[in-house]
Amino acid sequence: MNLLAQQLVNGLFIGSVYGLFAVGYTLVFGVLDILNLAHAAVFTLGGLSAVWLVQAAGMSIWLAFPLATLLAGGLGLLINAAAFAPLRRRADSQFSGLISSIAMAIIFDAAALGLFGARSVRFPPGTVKVHVWQIAGVTITSLQVGIVLVATLLMLILTLFLQRSRTGKAIRTVAENERAAMLLGVNVSGIIAFTFFISSALGGAAGVLYGLYFDSLAPDMGRAIELKGLAVIILGGMGSIPGAILGGLAFGLSEVLTVAVSGTSNLRDAVAFTVLFAILLLRPSGLLGRGKLREA
Amino acid sequence: MEQLAQFYAVYGSVINFIGINALLALSLNFTLAAGMLSLGNAAFAGIGGYTAGILTVHLKAPLIVSLCGGSLMAGVVGLLLGMPVLRLKGVFLAMATLAFGEVVRIAAVNLDITGGAEGLTGIPNITRTWMIFLALALAAYFMATLRRSRIGWGLISIREDETAAACLGVDITYYKVVAFTIGAMVAGFAGAMYAHLNYLITPRDFGFFIAVDLLVYNIVGGTRIWYGPILGAALLTALPEILRGVGVAAGPVRLAVNGVILLLVILFLPNGLASLFTRLRPVAVKTGRAERT
Repeated sequence: MNLLAQQLVNGLFIGSVYGLFAVGYTLVFGVLDILNLAHAAVFTLGGLSAVWLVQAAGMSIWLAFPLATLLAGGLGLLINAAAFAPLRRRADSQFSGLISSIAMAIIFDAAALGLFGARSVRFPPGTVKVHVWQIAGVTITSLQVGIVLVATLLMLILTLFLQRSRTGKAIRTVAENERAAMLLGVNVSGIIAFTFFISSALGGAAGVLYGLYFDSLAPDMGRAIELKGLAVIILGGMGSIPGAILGGLAFGLSEVLTVAVSGTSNLRDAVAFTVLFAILLLRPSGLLGRGKLREA
Repeated sequence: MEQLAQFYAVYGSVINFIGINALLALSLNFTLAAGMLSLGNAAFAGIGGYTAGILTVHLKAPLIVSLCGGSLMAGVVGLLLGMPVLRLKGVFLAMATLAFGEVVRIAAVNLDITGGAEGLTGIPNITRTWMIFLALALAAYFMATLRRSRIGWGLISIREDETAAACLGVDITYYKVVAFTIGAMVAGFAGAMYAHLNYLITPRDFGFFIAVDLLVYNIVGGTRIWYGPILGAALLTALPEILRGVGVAAGPVRLAVNGVILLLVILFLPNGLASLFTRLRPVAVKTGRAERT
């Protein structure tokens, strides 16, 4: 029983990181209907640059974390300017945008290899002071709690921002109908660039949290989360932010529960992807999707 | 002649892989011709490769039987998968085929008969270069013929506007399943050849990133004509060797140059490399953005 409770708690922690990663993914999809396959590379660069800031520049993690997040946001602007903006008026922008984002991912991967080397790195010990709590036989560290709090806070801020602020409303208008937004005087290309900034900043933040949680970062760590991120946004419904959060938690829980029930880690991803497959056939718009089936 | 032999001795494996990758890219082109984005063709290649490998290693089947067996197995799975999945469109179809691919990969990792994560070993290296390029030539000829046939026009009409095609009496489901199954069979055949080229196959050989590579070959080469995917596969498979020949050192720099070339092709050749050789109907300009419902 304790083991199960422990697994559930662990699933919650890792699920919140998946959620944060997927929220950035789904934000761009919701606005542009395009998958940004460079998102995982931004996630990697965010995490690695935070390690560099702590280790080489000697910053505290509290300064390095926001800086790495901003840097990741800057990469998002770069992705938009180089890979998406020039293709926007093209008829097959869905396919070609996919490929140009893959090209950006390759370039970012090369940058990660060149700047930080191929070996896996970790935050220096003592970057975050870790307390360990035992609650009813379940071990929880202050690091885990901090990760969930930061992830939740960022997702909460994003939701409020999209609901309440003027820019947030403009983003939703562009997502709904680009042409109408333009007629209403919304600066569409500016809003799209800003969406990329937020999306990538969240991806970078997820990279830092992931690195702190697993205590290991490598240039290929984006590959592990890329597919999971895609699965999460489908599970939650493409373009739906609460869906991505919920999907992230569900995916994290399903991972640990599969391990707990089957006793091995071999089938961890199999269950998740089988569920994903079934959801696509039965309810393609996802758990909280907008019910949009036809691709324009 | 001697120089040619020397060239082959040095670059033989690159030439073989160009052929295999071109055949795989062509297999995806059957589905792309109808505007369907499938990320499952790497998994079909895996099914073909494993089936052929098991036939050869465990049942001592001759090469041609193994190759056809792998291709047929991939075709049957493609047919069974295609019927429910092809109702989905666009990114959703891509995701469903992606999930299928992951399930196949994980199955290959966990089954005993496939050799688990270490892969299936001891497959004899009996695929020859001429076999690969014969298969490629046949597939390309088939593709070129298909494009001009009734089925080809049906597929193009589905790509341009599915609803309109349905109204004109095109049997959409039938055409889609046929294209998907043919693609799966070609991919299975290519995978089976690959298995007999490489001594061993592992689940990693047919993962998500291979599926993405196939799409990249198609878009870079051009999806609208039969030699587009072949051009794309040839260029991108040979690119690391070309860069090495030009003196670009291995590692991050070569990776970055790879990415930049890909980006430049996408930005400046909207119809892919094939548009350098033919005048295709321009698709670069969008007349009006389709409204979303």
